[in-house]
Amino acid sequence: MDTLQTNHTSDFVWPYEDTSRVPYRVYTDEDLYALEQERIFQGPVWNFLCLDCEIPNSGDYKTTYAGDSPIIVIRDETGAVNAMVNRCAHKGSMICYKPRGNVSELSCVYHNWVYDLRGKLQSVAFKRGVGGKGGLTDEFDNGNHGLQTLRVEVFRGLVFGTFSDETQPVAEYLGEELVAAIDRVLIKPLKVLGYHSQIFPNNWKLYVENNKDSYHASLLHVFHNTFGVVRPTMGGGIKISDSGWHHLSYTERTDIKDDEIGKEKLRSKQDSYKLADTRMMEHKLELGDKVTNSIQTVFPTLVVQQILNCLAVRQLIPQGIDQSELIWTILGFEDDDEEMQALRIKANNLVGPAGFISMEDGAVGGWVQRAAKSDGKAMTVMPMGGRAIEPSQGSRVTEAAVRGFWKGWRECMGI
Amino acid sequence: MDLDRELALRLRIEALNADYIHCIDDDRLEEWHEFFVDDGIYRVTTRENTDLNLPVSLIYCEGRGMFHDRISALRTANIFEPHTYCHMVSALQIQSTESGVYRSKSNFSITRTMAEGGMMTFACGRYLDTIVEEGDVLRFRERNVILESRRIDTLLVIPI
Repeated sequence: MDTLQTNHTSDFVWPYEDTSRVPYRVYTDEDLYALEQERIFQGPVWNFLCLDCEIPNSGDYKTTYAGDSPIIVIRDETGAVNAMVNRCAHKGSMICYKPRGNVSELSCVYHNWVYDLRGKLQSVAFKRGVGGKGGLTDEFDNGNHGLQTLRVEVFRGLVFGTFSDETQPVAEYLGEELVAAIDRVLIKPLKVLGYHSQIFPNNWKLYVENNKDSYHASLLHVFHNTFGVVRPTMGGGIKISDSGWHHLSYTERTDIKDDEIGKEKLRSKQDSYKLADTRMMEHKLELGDKVTNSIQTVFPTLVVQQILNCLAVRQLIPQGIDQSELIWTILGFEDDDEEMQALRIKANNLVGPAGFISMEDGAVGGWVQRAAKSDGKAMTVMPMGGRAIEPSQGSRVTEAAVRGFWKGWRECMGI
Repeated sequence: MDLDRELALRLRIEALNADYIHCIDDDRLEEWHEFFVDDGIYRVTTRENTDLNLPVSLIYCEGRGMFHDRISALRTANIFEPHTYCHMVSALQIQSTESGVYRSKSNFSITRTMAEGGMMTFACGRYLDTIVEEGDVLRFRERNVILESRRIDTLLVIPI
């Protein structure tokens, strides 16, 4: 606690000996939410900001959020990607109010304070006043009034930003195994195929937990079993970073022969199969292995997804204690041919706000939120796979990765 | 096209739109596919994706089987809080009528009502349609639903 210089405080004390139980108060407490902004989103984490390929040219920008902080991500003349808080150093107005665009400088429309593409203040309107009257005194130094910047690292085409000097490089932050998992999916230059957004009527952490909870997948998402997307006979497992903060859950088709990889489009197993049209489930093994589903979380709020040929990143944005927004960016590779693109478009029926195997995630968090509100002291119980935060091979019936998330949350929050 | 024929076509397409939204709002979803030709296309996307020329949609059905699967998943597999839609559709514009293929555009708005009673404007946007004559019936060869907002509250399971 000593090293945390924050404006907010909370009397909250973790009520249990480990993270296998979590009090409902964490989903409903305004003070904790404010503290999360400072200690998590503005703390020693990498916030996913956008994709490198979304801002290819000098002056291209995209606006986003890191926690509650509005962010501009922009490429400068040297090709470097910079990120800054989207808030003029003068009166605090948002500088970029469009989702994307291209500019030669960042100028605030309110009073025309102008910054360069690195966020340094270049000029102030009427600096010398008008007719010798008004304007700034000599003590005003442009150098002290730049935009608040984030440290940026572009990692395998993903743009991350951090407010903290202490955040380790992304590769160390993720750990070897989870770097390998990203390398496995993002194998070639990417292109964006589309965006979706989903508003969850729940605290952001409930969706993060949901992603790390591989136990629920075949139970809540009945489509999996009904139509044979994931079956108990499939291989796979859970990997968790040494820190406990990040995880990977994957399934693989052990029934596929090695020489089938990269060749035929595979159909889902027909044993429980009731689809009238199976084209949505066709899968071309394009990543050099037999993995059909791979869901990877990066603490705090990024998901990197491969479901069949549907590749996506999901960015979660908290919007108060009881709402969050999930931005889905659906991806393909730059060199996709028409057939591959058609495959991805059909597979995308599985995911997103209308996704056959993902729509329930939009609802279930809201059900917890509504039920949790009346009793902040009561606790969730997460004993699946024991109490430890350890990987598991062959079984996804574990809550270890969820316990790992809460370990990360407590470490950041100093709670 | 003379005025009588144009009015007649306008009435028929307005009736098609009305029949379509009542089919959904009345929960006769098993009949939904009948508004499309056998190899018809139904796509729900957003103004953002359309403006950026991005191909991925929220829902993509191509051919009767995929329409069937959407509804059978809704009935048997997908889990959601019960809710109903009330569609309003208006401002039909018939854009072209060459050789029995009609391209039209109309606006829609959907108020969603949850079982507990909460109501909200769930979606609004445009239908961009390609309509063809099949016998004496009009059917969609393509219905593109362009949502104004990219934000979907909670989930999208009942077709628009």
